[in-house]
Amino acid sequence: MWNFPLFPDAASSMAGQVDALYFFLVAVSLFFTVLIFAGCGYFAIKFKRVDENFIPAGQKDNMVLEVVWSVIPFFITLVMFAWGAVIFFRVYTPPEGAMEMYAVGKQWMWKTQHPEGHREINELHVPVGRDIKMTMTTEDVIHSFFIPAFRVKKDVVPGKYTTMWFKPTKVGKYHLFCAEYCGNQHSGMIGSVHVMEPADYEAWLAGVNRGETMAQAGERLFTRLGCASCHQEDNKGRCPTLKDIYNKPVPLQNGQRVIADESYLRESILKPQAKIVAGYQNQEMPTFQGQVSEDGLLQIVAYIKTLTKPDAVAAVAAPAAAAPKPATKGGNKK
Amino acid sequence: MSATAIPRVHTPPPPDPPVRPAKHYINATSGLASWLLTVDHKRITILYLISITIFFAIGGFFAMLVRLELITPQGDLMTAETYNRSFSMHGIAMVFFFLIPSIPATLGNFLVPIMCGARDLAFPKINLLSWYCFIVGAVFALATAFMGGVDTGWTFYTPYSSTYANGAVLTAILGAFFAGFSSILTGLNFIVTIHKMRAPGLTWFRMPLFLWAMYATSIIQILGTPVVAITLILVGLERGLGFGFFDPKLGGDPILMQHLFWFYSHPAVYVMILPPLGVMSELTAAFCRRRVYGYHFVALSSVAIAVISFIVWGHHLFTSGQSVYAGMVFSVLTFLVGIPSAIKVFNWMATMFKASISFEAPMIYAFGFIGLFTIGGVTGLFLATLGLDIHMHDTYFVVAHFHYIMVGSAIFSYMGGLHYWWPKITGKLYNDTLGCISAVLIFLGFNATFFPQFILGYMGMPRRYHAYPAEFQFLNICSSLGATLLAVGYVLPAIYFTWSLFKGKDAGPNPFKAKGLEWEIPSPPPTENFTKVPVVNSEPYDYAPGAGH
Repeated sequence: MWNFPLFPDAASSMAGQVDALYFFLVAVSLFFTVLIFAGCGYFAIKFKRVDENFIPAGQKDNMVLEVVWSVIPFFITLVMFAWGAVIFFRVYTPPEGAMEMYAVGKQWMWKTQHPEGHREINELHVPVGRDIKMTMTTEDVIHSFFIPAFRVKKDVVPGKYTTMWFKPTKVGKYHLFCAEYCGNQHSGMIGSVHVMEPADYEAWLAGVNRGETMAQAGERLFTRLGCASCHQEDNKGRCPTLKDIYNKPVPLQNGQRVIADESYLRESILKPQAKIVAGYQNQEMPTFQGQVSEDGLLQIVAYIKTLTKPDAVAAVAAPAAAAPKPATKGGNKK
Repeated sequence: MSATAIPRVHTPPPPDPPVRPAKHYINATSGLASWLLTVDHKRITILYLISITIFFAIGGFFAMLVRLELITPQGDLMTAETYNRSFSMHGIAMVFFFLIPSIPATLGNFLVPIMCGARDLAFPKINLLSWYCFIVGAVFALATAFMGGVDTGWTFYTPYSSTYANGAVLTAILGAFFAGFSSILTGLNFIVTIHKMRAPGLTWFRMPLFLWAMYATSIIQILGTPVVAITLILVGLERGLGFGFFDPKLGGDPILMQHLFWFYSHPAVYVMILPPLGVMSELTAAFCRRRVYGYHFVALSSVAIAVISFIVWGHHLFTSGQSVYAGMVFSVLTFLVGIPSAIKVFNWMATMFKASISFEAPMIYAFGFIGLFTIGGVTGLFLATLGLDIHMHDTYFVVAHFHYIMVGSAIFSYMGGLHYWWPKITGKLYNDTLGCISAVLIFLGFNATFFPQFILGYMGMPRRYHAYPAEFQFLNICSSLGATLLAVGYVLPAIYFTWSLFKGKDAGPNPFKAKGLEWEIPSPPPTENFTKVPVVNSEPYDYAPGAGH
């Protein structure tokens, strides 16, 4: 109890940026709070009623004064807005080539999975200094994936994928909280994020990882569910090919285009009629709702992602970032 | 402004030696039925006052359970289920059955007709109906408690509330639904009254600022409340009959519920805070003996807050996966709300400049209000800032912020207003020294309770946690100790107000020598308020005639 820090650990690339903005707001807030408290205090003492019958002189309203004390706070808040928006955009835009990790929330635990296939419960091991992108969903109610030391949080919503990313900068063990009230054991839905040196991480993973990678498990499901009979390598099957589509624009029957991201892939498995690719029939594909678990869906998605060559992703999604970054380094390690 | 001089025909205020009129609204008729079937807005005020005080006590009881549990990091005082139901019942009782009706249904009900110079509200029977709606809602809320409570929080987020939660969710939803109708009826009544029943000469810009605030509040009540009522019914249909609106397993969208819910519930925050802002203007004027500086700006800022409040709801969804661009729009709109709020504070300060400030209990409460509203306001800026909200959303920072506004500010102003108009409502004077002591106690207790929660929030402690990591314990103990002081501060007024009813001195029509139509009639007022329709021929707060414009 007596060991009580008053400020959280700062252990991600985002933490310093968020804290700087926080201190800016603290400074502005302190300035105005002190101004108002001191002003009221001074007036209260200086203009205390001494004569019961004294009626203070009237005041004339002053348009200039009103405009001044409206416009100054307005511009200050615009600075807060712009600064906050820049950080927000950064936090919710995963960089290219990030290591992919997955999380599924359920009452009341976090199930995380590494692309190599290793699963953890209420724990997540990550290497320091790497961009890590989380793709998350939940089996039941809304949860929220919150790592205070990283200053990031994202709600985990049933029926869809949400994503976020972070880059740990400090080795250590940090809290992982569920921030959205999710029922009886909400406060028990906490875990730890272990940030390790990259070499330690590799060694740890090699030690714990048994069995197949997520993509391999996904491929097995893909075959078992009979997906491959229609979705063939070329476009000659009854359904569009899944090769080289991840994160690329897909033309739809109704003339629109969507980016084939994780959420689109998931939706197309569960609700095939929702967004039909141009040139294909309406009723060809059955729904797989209820036949695949959330974990299984993530594995299939991980498999479909491997059907897209990494340079194809980079070239389409961010032409500028097409540097020879090892985009799949964390991806398909055997 | 049409400043056509209307000759002053109404009689000057009655002579000052406190005289309690022989006949007034309290003793006009007697018997329980004369109260339960009354259509007198002043008696309905009393009915509401008693009802919401009971709910304040219920909400306070559950708050104490929550604070007691949080003294230790392990969940050891009660089970997680009991804890979750406690904070949910605390929220439901306080938000729907105390804060939303607080000032409108009590001070508003009492003062809107009198400040308009009218004999009652436009629809006295609808006013009584609104109280009965409240009571039906209250019965459902109490039934919820006796059926074991709910654990959804007052926000009823889906699919938890519609599919997964145990407990009396449907009963709680019906409670909030009926309480909502009481709020709609009150708002409707106020809008019509303010439009149609103002006394001759009482132009819009001669209205007391309290009326402006009540007008703005009423707009939100009648436009926003139906949306939450429908939303709650949809949640009920999904839970009771399996209609798929929000649960993705039934083909619904859980985020849709959040949009619908906050479309009302964010403006609802302004239903809770606009009336306090109006009361503040009245207190500042009366205890500075001064017309409120920048009257037009203060009046119109209430309307501006009401309008903008309808387009900021998305700031509750910054981390929900809503589009990044939608987040930016909602963020910038949210900052805009800060401007009219700041205008009010600066104008109150300007009113104090070279004024004659009297330190009586209502003014001590008013000073407390400015302090808490300032802290609550600036911390709102943190949460409107997108990059910070990602970290702070759903932490104790949010809990602290909205308690500073909804509890700190709103209750301070409600208490200030109650102290100011208590002599008018009851005709009796309370002990002013005790009033000042309670204001100071509540101010200290409040800050001790909620300031540590800002720090806890930035540390990352999530809200609605039954148990928490040990490093958060020290600040939680501070918070629980503060809550004890706060409770003492709230019990004190209950004692001296009750005492004043029996032993208090007669107040006389105008104990604070304040300006305003309500101070020109006896205390307590007669049933018809005014024996003769008053004619208004001066600016509001006309302490120094001729000044201002």
